[in-house]
Amino acid sequence: MSVTRRDFLKSSGALIVSFSAISLIEPFAVAQGPFATHPSHVDPAKLDSWIAVAADGTVTAYTGKCDFGQGMFTAQTQLVAEELCVPINRVKLIQCDTSVTPDQGTTSGSQSTPTNFDSANLAQASATAREALLVMASKHLGEAADQLTVADGVITGKTGRRVTYAELIGSNRFNIPLNTTARRRSPAQWTVLGKPVPSLDRAALMTGQFEFVHNVRVPGMLHGRVVRPPEVGATVASVDESSVAQIPGFVKVVVRNNFVGVVAEKQWQAVQAAGQLRIRWSPGTGLPAQKTFYDSLRKQPSRDVLIVNSNDVEQKLAAAGTVVRATYAYPHQMHGSVGASCAVADVKPDRATVWSATQSVYPTRSIVAKLLGLPLEGVRVIYVRGSGCYGLNGADAVSFDAALLSHAVGRPVRVQLSRQDEMAWENFGSACVIEQRAGIDHNGTIVAWDCETWVASRGGGPGYDHPGNVITGVLAGYAPEPITPRAAAEPTGELRNGNNAVPSYLVGCISGKCGGGGTVRSERVLSHTVLSPFFTGPLRSPVRLQNTFAHECFMDELSAQVKADPVAFRLQHLRETRIIDVLKSAADAARWEKRPSPIPNLARTGTVSGRGIACVAYEGDNGYSALVAEVDVDQASGRVRPSRFTIALDCGPISNPDGLRNQIEGGILQGMSRALVEEVTWDDKQVTSKDWATYDSLYLGFEIPTIDVILMNPTGVSATGAGETAITVVAAAIGNAIFDATGARLREAPFTAERVKAALQVNG
Amino acid sequence: MSKISLRVNGRLQTVDFDPTTPLLYVLGDELGLRGPKFGCGMAQCGACTVILRGRAVRSCVTPVNAVGQDEVTTLEGLGTPEKPHPIQQAFINEGAAQCGFCLSGVILTAKVLLDEKPKASDQEIRKALADVLCRCFAHVRMLRAIRTYADTRNV
Repeated sequence: MSVTRRDFLKSSGALIVSFSAISLIEPFAVAQGPFATHPSHVDPAKLDSWIAVAADGTVTAYTGKCDFGQGMFTAQTQLVAEELCVPINRVKLIQCDTSVTPDQGTTSGSQSTPTNFDSANLAQASATAREALLVMASKHLGEAADQLTVADGVITGKTGRRVTYAELIGSNRFNIPLNTTARRRSPAQWTVLGKPVPSLDRAALMTGQFEFVHNVRVPGMLHGRVVRPPEVGATVASVDESSVAQIPGFVKVVVRNNFVGVVAEKQWQAVQAAGQLRIRWSPGTGLPAQKTFYDSLRKQPSRDVLIVNSNDVEQKLAAAGTVVRATYAYPHQMHGSVGASCAVADVKPDRATVWSATQSVYPTRSIVAKLLGLPLEGVRVIYVRGSGCYGLNGADAVSFDAALLSHAVGRPVRVQLSRQDEMAWENFGSACVIEQRAGIDHNGTIVAWDCETWVASRGGGPGYDHPGNVITGVLAGYAPEPITPRAAAEPTGELRNGNNAVPSYLVGCISGKCGGGGTVRSERVLSHTVLSPFFTGPLRSPVRLQNTFAHECFMDELSAQVKADPVAFRLQHLRETRIIDVLKSAADAARWEKRPSPIPNLARTGTVSGRGIACVAYEGDNGYSALVAEVDVDQASGRVRPSRFTIALDCGPISNPDGLRNQIEGGILQGMSRALVEEVTWDDKQVTSKDWATYDSLYLGFEIPTIDVILMNPTGVSATGAGETAITVVAAAIGNAIFDATGARLREAPFTAERVKAALQVNG
Repeated sequence: MSKISLRVNGRLQTVDFDPTTPLLYVLGDELGLRGPKFGCGMAQCGACTVILRGRAVRSCVTPVNAVGQDEVTTLEGLGTPEKPHPIQQAFINEGAAQCGFCLSGVILTAKVLLDEKPKASDQEIRKALADVLCRCFAHVRMLRAIRTYADTRNV
């Protein structure tokens, strides 16, 4: 197989590429396995980087968006099959391998669908390929391209003459750029996309045949474990290698700055060595008291951003008939993947291969190169699915761990984190404090809304340049990206509501351009990013969930203040039709009874029931959902049991309704677990929620509420993400339902039995 | 290290191993099985579940020398993609997974319960699964698949 030079990399569309050029790189691993089919096509502007047709007519597609279990493998395969008019079993999708797939940054933030399913990247490449084949067929058959029909990889002319893709292109390259005017097939024409195609991984998963990164085995592979510090901020004083040297199969203790790991022939030997290794650690730096944590966040120096500011909020509040205030708090929570993270690295003196469950193969390649002092082109990162991550779990850190250990021993090393390594040191979801004030006039209309948020943050996704954004990098001597305190400037440009910091009910005007979904004209939203003592990173609906919890519960408080029905009060303050539509659809489907909350004639004892609603325009415009939660509250124990959820969701044209329902059902229940029980805890030295006995999650024994799903499926609009739209509204809807049932307002998540009881007492 | 014979998925295999090693590591590292997985190493989640002596057992805390000559069945021992066990078929039909990492615990625990109690109620099924963790929260489909399997095998 000939190897051409690695193409010039460019940033394109949603891609974020922090380096601009790589020249004359010889990929070293092109002869390897199934990835060798199509090396060195990484320029996203070239069709051959995305699509190849083989001599037997099968289509290979290359994508930089990978499947974690959210269904992206199946959906992208459907997309390619649809656009190229071939059966789905003739498409082979290669995902996220730095030697063969385009750099599409990170698979995150519900961006895979907007990126690859609209009018750029994989969708555009697939459409370009079909049109190019039609042009070839037109020449071949001597008939006009618009007279040709295509099905099952065969193009047929008016005369009935036929030619196959294989005959037209064989295994040759297209050698053309992506055509920006290539026409997508319209949803009305779809036969594969938009259909509930069963996920392609099912049979292998259910029978234990699916290869996870945990199952990757490389010849000559050793096993590593890491030893993380016993306290936050503790540093290595000394390491006594002799304490483990007698363990059979022991290979090496690896120390780099404060990074410590052990390598052994067998996994159990590595586990024992990690447990027995004698290390003297300096004392840690201490942790703030959890009890007063939210107050302490607000006192920290902060990096501030004014997202909207009409500069009249104080006057309007002062003039309003009623001002309502409330402060909401949301804790650090975990990704808490079922599988502790794992990676395999094979580092040679001049190159490295890493099998990783990272969401970001290209950024991971960049960080591994930095950690090992290798040139970028010497590192290949191959994505292999891990345990569901829901964001930045331990996958990146363990990839770096494996690279460091393999580098030190010169042999392939598999690293499996312990449960405690994973949970004490992962990048938690940000804790947030959200302070709300709103003014209401005598007609019961909101006239001003002021919102100030504090988001606790440290590190995050390492990107291409910041190893210190996760634990391994810090231990190896890199600092996290700093949070430099900075006062806010007045907002300029377009409204940026990617974090849903701006409630849907505000007009969201910047310099006369109003990008918000609502009608409230006097508005100010100010966010403060403050330093967390813990690593943080994207956790499914990062900060959007926290903000939506506060906005949607506060909207409920305002409805209650004016004794308005919560749905009608929302509709009164909305102008974005897509939120209005999901709100009405969810309310109708749930047979929403129009009345104010709480329920009339509150019972002060026994188990009571209530309903609550919440809605969101996810990231401002990346999907719309409204959720009605119905809950039972046992007032004696404080236990909350959701009985039914009704959700309406609009993500534009749906790629796979079955996959979408799976995401919605899982998102709602995960949201329920986060709303009811999940919270990171710590003492004065370290995280104390380090396993499933100390970090609560709802198990399979939980009584599952009924979930009714209404899919809007509009056409004529762009496809949006859908993996985070449902979870975003769950805590708010449950909180509002608890209020409806009891009259008690929960302003701090999770709504544990103790917190609910305390709120009932305050209320009673 | 010592030579240990294990019966796994109908085959007798001999491995050279430290007899205190948890069964999970032998299954994954020596026998190359993919079904049982490391989740917590503390019997808290179920990802490493296998069937031993008719019970769903957490292989991450079961020393390999406690297995003896008894048959160990892993998720891949139930059926194959071409010929899945009926409970696996029910999970396939329902699409009852997202990432699928937890499936050994979910499927094998449910199978053991229903082998023992074919007419188990939904409540009994939930009780049996009370210490099995799925963090993708594919609960709705999983419990539907288990119910369907239970109902069909009772016909």
